[in-house]
Amino acid sequence: MIRRLMSGLAFVITATNVQAQVVTEKPPIPLTAEQDVRFRELLPDLRCLVCQNESIADSTAPLALDLKYEVRGLVAQGKSEREIKKYLTDRYGDFVLFRPPFDARTALLWLGPGLLVLLGLLALVLHVRRTRQAHAPSGPVDAAALKKLLDEQP
Amino acid sequence: MIPELGHFALILALGIAALQAVVPIVGWRTRDSRLLAFAGSAAQGQFLCVLLAYVCLTSSFITKDFSVAYVAENAHTQLPLIYRISAVWGAHEGSLLLWTFMLSSWTFAVSVFNRRLPAELGALVVSILGMISVGFLLFLLLTSNPFERLFPVPLEGRDLNPLLQDPGLAIHPPTLYMGYVGFSVAFAFSIAALLTGKLDAAWARWTRPWTTAAWMFLTLGITLGSWWAYNELGWGGWWFWDPVENASFMPWLAGTALIHSLAVTEKRGILKSWTALLAILAFSLSLLGTFLVRSGVLVSVHAFATDPSRGLFILVFMGIIVGGALTLYAWRAPKLASDGELNLFSREGLLLFNNVFLVVACGAILLGTLYPLVLDTLKLGKISVGPPYFNAVFLPLTVPLFVLVGLGAVVPWKKGRVGETWKRLRIPAMAAVAAAIILPFALEGRATIVALAGGLLGSWTIFAAVQDVWRRARAKPSLLSGLINVPRAIWGMTIAHVGLGCWALGVAFVTSYGFEQDVRLAPMAEAALGAYSFGFQGAIETKGPNFIAQQGTVTVEQGGRPVATLNPQKRFYPSQRNVQTESAVDVGLTRDLYVSLGEAFDDGSWSLRIYVKPMIRFVWLGGVLMFIGGGLAASDRRYRLARAAERSAVSASGATAA
Amino acid sequence: MRFAIPLIVLAGLIAVFFFGLQHDPRELPSPLIGKSAPAFELPIVPFPASDAPPLRLTASELKGKPLLVNFFASWCAGCQVEHPFLMQLAQTGTVELVGIDYKDADADLRAWLGQKGNPYAPILADLEGKVGIDWGVYGVPETFVLNADGVIVYKHIGPMTAEAWKTKIRPLLGAGA
Repeated sequence: MIRRLMSGLAFVITATNVQAQVVTEKPPIPLTAEQDVRFRELLPDLRCLVCQNESIADSTAPLALDLKYEVRGLVAQGKSEREIKKYLTDRYGDFVLFRPPFDARTALLWLGPGLLVLLGLLALVLHVRRTRQAHAPSGPVDAAALKKLLDEQP
Repeated sequence: MIPELGHFALILALGIAALQAVVPIVGWRTRDSRLLAFAGSAAQGQFLCVLLAYVCLTSSFITKDFSVAYVAENAHTQLPLIYRISAVWGAHEGSLLLWTFMLSSWTFAVSVFNRRLPAELGALVVSILGMISVGFLLFLLLTSNPFERLFPVPLEGRDLNPLLQDPGLAIHPPTLYMGYVGFSVAFAFSIAALLTGKLDAAWARWTRPWTTAAWMFLTLGITLGSWWAYNELGWGGWWFWDPVENASFMPWLAGTALIHSLAVTEKRGILKSWTALLAILAFSLSLLGTFLVRSGVLVSVHAFATDPSRGLFILVFMGIIVGGALTLYAWRAPKLASDGELNLFSREGLLLFNNVFLVVACGAILLGTLYPLVLDTLKLGKISVGPPYFNAVFLPLTVPLFVLVGLGAVVPWKKGRVGETWKRLRIPAMAAVAAAIILPFALEGRATIVALAGGLLGSWTIFAAVQDVWRRARAKPSLLSGLINVPRAIWGMTIAHVGLGCWALGVAFVTSYGFEQDVRLAPMAEAALGAYSFGFQGAIETKGPNFIAQQGTVTVEQGGRPVATLNPQKRFYPSQRNVQTESAVDVGLTRDLYVSLGEAFDDGSWSLRIYVKPMIRFVWLGGVLMFIGGGLAASDRRYRLARAAERSAVSASGATAA
Repeated sequence: MRFAIPLIVLAGLIAVFFFGLQHDPRELPSPLIGKSAPAFELPIVPFPASDAPPLRLTASELKGKPLLVNFFASWCAGCQVEHPFLMQLAQTGTVELVGIDYKDADADLRAWLGQKGNPYAPILADLEGKVGIDWGVYGVPETFVLNADGVIVYKHIGPMTAEAWKTKIRPLLGAGA
C-alpha cells in the first residue's frame, strides 16, 4: 500500500546498472558551537529536492548531502539565515523552503488558520445568540423545571 | 481459474450493489416494506461476493501464481507467507480491493445490527452504502482490476517493496481502512436523516457506536503508521506532515469532532445540522485521502504509482458523492428542527468550543496541504509547505483543546457554574502544575518551555479524567463497586482522554530532549551521547529469506553498565535491487535508544546515526489507549439494549445518562 | 444561505484538483529563466585525451551565439536515453552543445563517450557538482537553452526528446536554427 522511493534510490539503481556516481568525501567544515546550533536549526527548513518530502537534515541523497555541505560552508562564513535561504531560492526557487516565505502569494496561507479561528469563534457566538433569541424564557413553570434540571447530577 | 472466479465475483457484486442502492430507495418512496427489507439481503449477498473475490486474490498470492499481473508485481518465490498475505494490500489494485471488502463488511454489519433501527432508516443507510460500493466496484473493474493476467508467465515475481515487509506495515493499512471506510456509515446515517427529515437524539444514539468504532480504528491505524515509520525509515522521526499522513489526520480530527458532537445531539437534541455536516465532512475527507494517494496530484512518500486517469475517476466519483451529499444538505438541513438554547459555559458549550478548534485544525492542515497545488494551478509558482509550517500552525491550536478536555468531563450539561467547577478541578489543576515542574527535572535534569507546557497540558488532561471517574465511583457505597458501576462509556472516555494526555507528554518530551548524532566509527570505537556510550563492534554479513545484509553490532552502556546490544542492518534485496536500512531500537518506557547504519568506508569504519529519544513510547501508548477507550465507549450497554430503541423513538430528548 | 457554503467550497476544490491533475508536481520551474548564465570556471575535458595542460572555460565565454548547455553523466540512465538524439543534433550543426559532466569519473566518461560518440563541443568537468548547484540542477540530465547574449531562456528537465526540441526549443533559437 505504501510505496516509497527511498531518497537515494534513484541513484542507487542507476549505480547498479552503470558505473557509480563519484562521491567525493569532503571533510566537514568546522563550525563553532553557536554556528553548529544555527546550522542544525536551519536544516529542517530546507527541502531535499530529489526526495519525496524529506528535509536535507534527514536525507542521504547525494544532492541533499551536497546542499548540506554548501549550507554548512555558508554558515561558517557567517551568513545569516535570510542570506542562506536567498542563496538557495536564487538557484532552486521557493520550492526548496519547507517553511514558506511570507509574501503576497502566501499571506493567505500564514494568516488563514488565525482567520479560521476567528471565524469559528464568531460563528459559535452568533449561533448561541440566535438560539437564545429563539428560546426566550417564559413563565414561572418553565423556570422551576429548568432549576430542577440544572440541579440534576449528570 | 481462481482469478477469473474472483473477477466474476466482483462483477456480480457490482450488480448486487446497484440493486442494493436503488431498490430500498424505491421501497422508501412507495412505502413498500418488502423492498426495504431487500436492502439487508443485498448487503449480505454483496459481502459474500466481495469476500470471495478477496479470498481468490489472497489465494493467488499464497500459491505464488505469477500469471496474475498484480501477484507478479508484488510477490516473490522467497517472500515469507505472512508477507504474501499482506502483499494483497501492498499496491494500488489490491488495496482498493481491501477498501471495497471493508466497505461491504461494514455494510453487512449494519444490515445485521439494524434490527433496532426503524426499517426505513436502516434500509436507507444500507442503500447509500450501496451507492458508494457501486462507485468503488466500478473503479476496480474499469481501471484497477487486480485479476489481470500476465502472459508469458514470469518465473519470478518483482517482490514486495522491502519497506512493506514488516509486521507494523502488515496491520497498518487494514486498521486505517477500517477507520476510513467506517466513517461511511456515519455518512450514510447523515444522508438518510436528511432524506427522511428525521434527525433527533435517537438517531444520534444509533449513529454513535458506528462512528466511535470507525474512529478507534483510524486512531490505531495512524498510531501504527507512525510507529512503523519510526522503526523503518531510519531517521527516528515519527510524523512528517507528509500529504498522505495529513490525509489520514484530517478525517481523524473531523471524526473526533463528530463523536463529541454526536454526544451533544444525543443528550440534548441540539446541533443537528452541524452533526449531519460533520458526518458528511469526515467521510469526504476519507475520500479526499484516497484521491490524494492515488492520483499523483501531490508529491508524497506514500503515493502509489501515479496515474492521472485513475485520479480523474476518483475526482468525478468524489464530486458525485460529496457534491450530492452537500447539495442535499444545503436543501434539507434548514428544515431540521431549530436548536435548543445553548449556554457557553456548559458541557455542550465546551464541546462546541472543542469542535471549533478541531475543525479549524483540520482546515489549517487542509490549507497547508493543498496550498502548493493551488498556487501551481494558478501558475503562481511552486512552493513547499512542510513541517515547520504545520508545527507552527497546529501545535498552538492543541493548547485550548487540552484545556477543554479537562473541563468538559466535569462541567454539567445545560449550565455550569464556575465555583462548582473550580472546586472539582482544583486538585487536578494543582497536581498538574506540580507534575509539570517535577517531570522535566526528574527525567532529564533540566526544563524547557515545550516540556513544561506539554507536561502541564498532558498531566492536566490525565488528572482531570482520572478525578472524574474517581468522583463518580466514590458516590457509591464501596469504591470497588463504584468503579465497576461506572458506565463503560465513561471508562472509555476516561481512558481515551488519559491516552491523549500521554500523547502530549510523549510529544513534548521527545521534542525537547531527543537528540541525535551522526558519527563515523571504526570497529571498537565509541561515541558518547548524553548519559550513554555507544560502542561499535564492527559489521558482518548475514542472510535473510530474501535479502543479504550487513549487520552492525553496537553495545550501549550507561555509567559503565551495559544497557543494550543493538544490531542495525543494511539490507540488500536482490529481486528489487533495493537497499534498505533496518534500524535497531532498544525500547524503554522512558526512553528509546536508536541506531541506524549509514555508509561503509574502505577502512572498515561505518557512519552511524545515533538517537536518544526520551518518552517516545508515550506517543504510541497514547494512541493505543485512545483505541481501547474508543472500544469501551462503543460497546456500552445502552447501545445493545433492544428496548431502549422503542423507548427513545417516542421521546425526542429523553436519553440515558452518558 | 449559509447551508450552501460547504457545497461552494467543494466546487472550488474540485476545480483546483481537476487542473492539478494536469500538472506534474515533481517538475521544478527554474528561477534562472531570463537571467544571465551563472558564472563559473571549469576545466575542459580534452576529447580525445591529450597531454597538453588543461584549459579552462568561463561562463562569459558562452556568449556570441545561442547554445545548449547539457548537464549529463556517464552513470545516468536518462542521459543514455537522450544520447542518440544529441548525436543527431550535433551532426546537423544547428546548435552547439556544451556538455557539463556532473560528478563523474574521467575514466567512465571516456569509456562511455568513446564508445557511443561525443556530441559536445566542449565537455566541461563539474567534479563536485558545485556548478550544478549554482545552475539549480537537481538531477541529470537537464538542458539549458542560452541565447546569443548568454541569457538562459529555457530549461528542459529530463532526457532531451525530438518532440521537446521541435516544439519548445528550436522556436526559441529563432533564425539560424
